[in-house]
Amino acid sequence: MSVQAAQPEVLGRPIHGPRALTGDWRRFWHLSYNIARNEFKLKFFGSVLGYVWQVVRPLMLFGVLYLFFVVISHVGRGGNPGEKFYGVQLLGAVVLFGFFSEVTIGAVRCVVDRENLVRKIQFPRLVIPVSVTLLGLFNFALNLLVVFIFALISGVQPMLSWLELPLIVAVLGIFSLGLAMMLAALFVTLRDIQPIWEVATQVLFYMSPTIIPVEKVQERLGAHSIGTHIFMLNPLATVIQQFRHAMVNHATPSAAEALGGGYLQLLEPLGIVLGVFLLGFWIFNRAAPHVAENL
Amino acid sequence: MTPLRTEPGTSPALAARDVEKTFRIPEERIHTLKERVLHPLRHVRYQTFPALEGVSFDVQRGEFFGIVGRNGSGKSTLLKCLAGIYGVNGGSIWVDGRLSTFIELGVGFNQDLAARDNVVLNGIMMGLSPREARARYDAVIDFAELREFETLKLKNYSSGMHVRLAFSVAIQVDADILLVDEVLAVGDAAFQQKCFDVFNRLRDEGRTIVFVTHDMGSLNRFCHRALLLEKGRPVMLGEPSDVADRYLEINFGRDAAASGSDGGADGGEQEGEARIVEAWVEDEHGKRASTVPQGRRITIKALVSFNVDVEHPVASLYVLNDDHVAVLVASSARDHERSGRFRAGQSALFSFSFENVLAPRRYSPLITLAHRGTGLDVMDRVDGSFSFLVTGPNAMGGLVDLEVRTSVLRSSASSKPAVRA
Repeated sequence: MSVQAAQPEVLGRPIHGPRALTGDWRRFWHLSYNIARNEFKLKFFGSVLGYVWQVVRPLMLFGVLYLFFVVISHVGRGGNPGEKFYGVQLLGAVVLFGFFSEVTIGAVRCVVDRENLVRKIQFPRLVIPVSVTLLGLFNFALNLLVVFIFALISGVQPMLSWLELPLIVAVLGIFSLGLAMMLAALFVTLRDIQPIWEVATQVLFYMSPTIIPVEKVQERLGAHSIGTHIFMLNPLATVIQQFRHAMVNHATPSAAEALGGGYLQLLEPLGIVLGVFLLGFWIFNRAAPHVAENL
Repeated sequence: MTPLRTEPGTSPALAARDVEKTFRIPEERIHTLKERVLHPLRHVRYQTFPALEGVSFDVQRGEFFGIVGRNGSGKSTLLKCLAGIYGVNGGSIWVDGRLSTFIELGVGFNQDLAARDNVVLNGIMMGLSPREARARYDAVIDFAELREFETLKLKNYSSGMHVRLAFSVAIQVDADILLVDEVLAVGDAAFQQKCFDVFNRLRDEGRTIVFVTHDMGSLNRFCHRALLLEKGRPVMLGEPSDVADRYLEINFGRDAAASGSDGGADGGEQEGEARIVEAWVEDEHGKRASTVPQGRRITIKALVSFNVDVEHPVASLYVLNDDHVAVLVASSARDHERSGRFRAGQSALFSFSFENVLAPRRYSPLITLAHRGTGLDVMDRVDGSFSFLVTGPNAMGGLVDLEVRTSVLRSSASSKPAVRA
């Protein structure tokens, strides 16, 4: 409706409203990293055991699961080769899932809780979910250390396939960040997201090969059945199963095998990861310019 | 005030062209899924509220530019648009140089962290690299005079220490263009003086500063030019003193109209029986001043508007120095006990004029307006909203400098008074 000026004035750099991303990548990184670092410092500040708690939490969950499922219900004690080092597999799965749930649940409120920053400083809005993900990664690194110590004590031999770890973490990180962006942006206008996501996380925990090994699923549904395939399409299942295979025990099927085919099959869950990430970015990017006003 | 040097042909540091900002306020806020499921077809209706319309101006390089207006006039929204915190709905904003914004001091400070972590993080938020932010830490902590408290967590700081730290971080950021929202009214008097010095220094260094304020005193003291906003529209752009006068007119006119018809429908400030609209200091020539020389006559004036009928109101003046000692107290009741009857909507100007014997330092007048009688039945007061500086060569350390005659007489030793018990 506005009439274009005959010759558009150029008076330096135009000021646009807030965006998810702005040009300066270094500032983006410095901000994300330093916010995450301060949060990490603060998390257990003033508690006697400090960072130890970060490690104790998954260990406690692991202990309970181990007691009830392994000792009492004899899950993972069937004696087939895939169930060797079942304890390490369980701990690894708990830690991987712990990262995912910490990041995504933490992300739901992250923009709303940082209202003060959003309303008063101009900065790329994407810094907020990214810093939440980074904080998760710091904690995750600590926990992974425990997993490796536990693995070595249990007698897992170092393997060349341990080199796959960065790739596994990257896929899980991208998936988590994608959901983090989506949840943070949606929560601004739809406050039901929080309880919904908390329930959804619980469901996802049991729908991933955390406690129940994928072999049990294959046994029940058939190794090459469509059911197992769908079960494995869940990116969390892919990541956790690949971790079990590559980090702990080659006898348990790799993610590609569990999907029922070759490596090309991996493209399906990876496609979902990429799709979730892009969708999350799109949603966040669309919400970012108005977030300061809608809070 | 030093005239502004602008080289012709250079582009402005900051330019706004027809800036327009509208807020959409949903009439019924739909927040929960249940409501969406139950009423899927109901459209969310929005009320649009135009916060800014047709705002255009240029800020020249090295200019100290004031934005004034009453509450809700859109000045803070404008500042947020300039800073890029809000997107504009129309028009454009251009900036040439590194921009830094102080909407509020100490944004993002974490109460559980020590000064260092907060200073570094705040510096990064303001656009420094971590290395730069760390390098400036010592300067920041020294300026804030908090060296002995640097290991303390921020939650153990007093509010004054908090503000000092935040201000020190803010001014360490070397932006070419600073956007400042009333952050000066903080800290104790000594620190305020320091802040004023910093602002003067920034101005002398040729930084461009856009300054949002209510205080006509600081507007006059600092700004080269000012923009007056009213209901989101630019009303006047010009000399600070002219803008200040116009601001008072608008303020005053609105009060008279509001009390006549719908009594405070805008819900902004709570109106009492009467209001001190504005108080200021005038020098011997009757010009508004924030700095007055010692030994001349000065006048402190208060413009009062009445919202109800009042008989014989009394205004009292307390001149407090920066140690909060009342150096001078005066009351209009001494000369004008029966000051007259004022009707609702009328106004009065109270003046206190005296020979300035105050010692050279900063003073902030406190003015109260009360009903006739003890002077304790206060209708309104202005407190610390403006201050003035007395300059003079005599800084002997007393509260006032009266004309004291001294003499030295040589006396002979023999005339020593002999005192006997």
